[in-house]
Amino acid sequence: MSRNELRDPLPSREQLVQPLLQEQLRGGQMWSRVLRRGQRLRLIDVAGGASVAALFYNADETSERYNMPDTLKAQHIARLTAGFVLYSDMGRVLCSVVSDSVGWHDTITGHASRAHNEARYGAGSYQKLRNDFFRNTRDNFLTELGKYDLGKRDLVANLNFFVKVAADEEGRLRWVEGHSPAGSHVELRAELNTLVILSNTPHPLDPSPRYAPQPVALEIRAGSPAGADDACRQSRPENERGFQLTEAYFT
Amino acid sequence: MTLADSRLDPVRALHDVTLDSGLGWTHVLKPGQILRIVDLEGNQAVDTLFYNAEDESERYSAVDTVREQGNLYLSVGTQLLSTEGRVLCTIVADTCGRHDTLGGACAAESNQVRYAIEKRYMHSCRDTFLLTIANETRHLSKRDLTANVNFFMNVPVTPEGKLTFEDGLSAPGRYVEMRAEMPVRVLISNCPQLNNPCNGYDPTPIRLLIWAAGSGH
Repeated sequence: MSRNELRDPLPSREQLVQPLLQEQLRGGQMWSRVLRRGQRLRLIDVAGGASVAALFYNADETSERYNMPDTLKAQHIARLTAGFVLYSDMGRVLCSVVSDSVGWHDTITGHASRAHNEARYGAGSYQKLRNDFFRNTRDNFLTELGKYDLGKRDLVANLNFFVKVAADEEGRLRWVEGHSPAGSHVELRAELNTLVILSNTPHPLDPSPRYAPQPVALEIRAGSPAGADDACRQSRPENERGFQLTEAYFT
Repeated sequence: MTLADSRLDPVRALHDVTLDSGLGWTHVLKPGQILRIVDLEGNQAVDTLFYNAEDESERYSAVDTVREQGNLYLSVGTQLLSTEGRVLCTIVADTCGRHDTLGGACAAESNQVRYAIEKRYMHSCRDTFLLTIANETRHLSKRDLTANVNFFMNVPVTPEGKLTFEDGLSAPGRYVEMRAEMPVRVLISNCPQLNNPCNGYDPTPIRLLIWAAGSGH
């Protein structure tokens, strides 16, 4: 599959369906929701340069969660884009990436802590800045996870939507500046009932010295799980088996 | 790729055990103690996790480790970082040159995805981890089995974002040594995978040695 084939400039029939819900994530904001199997979540990088950190759990059994290594090795990838899926540690598909205008979302470089934020941006306290205070991804994750009685032990390697960190032949990592232009989008389809946790906060490798996370739009649409001819399912034999195991779970 | 050998003498080791493939091992290292893992017959993958022994909710973080060192591969000088951004262990000697931390551990369930639905019966590292923590630890469970280190395993990433499983760089007798920088619980599965070349299709024993703090490096 080439980069060009993965882009879909023309809206599909389903994209034209009115969203069930629309929300705006302010810069710094955290968010969570259980996506029902088949529902779609679209993230739109309104201003360009967004980074949205994300974690995923089976909402019916939260010990089952997004597994970065299983996702990478089942599909022989070190990035995520349309046609690939997010695997849980139980051999099932949590979500499929059904549409993507960016071509690369990071899942190997983690997220920022309070120490990262303070070193780059300074303190940025609530006392001084009120609700514009400098939020960091780890604190946001722990706060939002706490609402589901989850905590530090559940904080695993996350996704970073709209972020690209590439490796050269020697494994050296490089932040790619200007990767996500304004209006970029990525759309997921839930294949399990999936608890999604988001944090719209700066990535620790973003070299900008200014704390300025931008708004990200969220749209949730109704839909159905992957059919027999689904592109994510057919992208490789591993995914065909992953979807079979996911369907068997609901049988 | 940097290689660095060790002058530590096995005769002076506090512990010296051989672990067959398909078995697990866990041990708490005191600060300053040095653990050596020897790939006795070559091309063996050693799946390894690390925890702060005094608060196991603080554990090894693959993504923090690679991001903070700016490199995907582990070798001599690598600091194995925790989820709290602290150093659990430092790799102080390495005669292999490259170790993986993106490939994770094999599991019965992921083997079904990767190879065939019928592979569920096969032994796996996740099953070894689960049995070892059930029998030998008090508080650890599946939630604590996160992305691990695969010592002696070679999983290159291309600049285009592809992940490949290559023949190991290891050979009989190659080893890696790490120094504990806090009280560290080490959890090892000597990988039983038979479906890919990570063990050369022939899983083999490893040797584990521990030296007292102040023994060298």
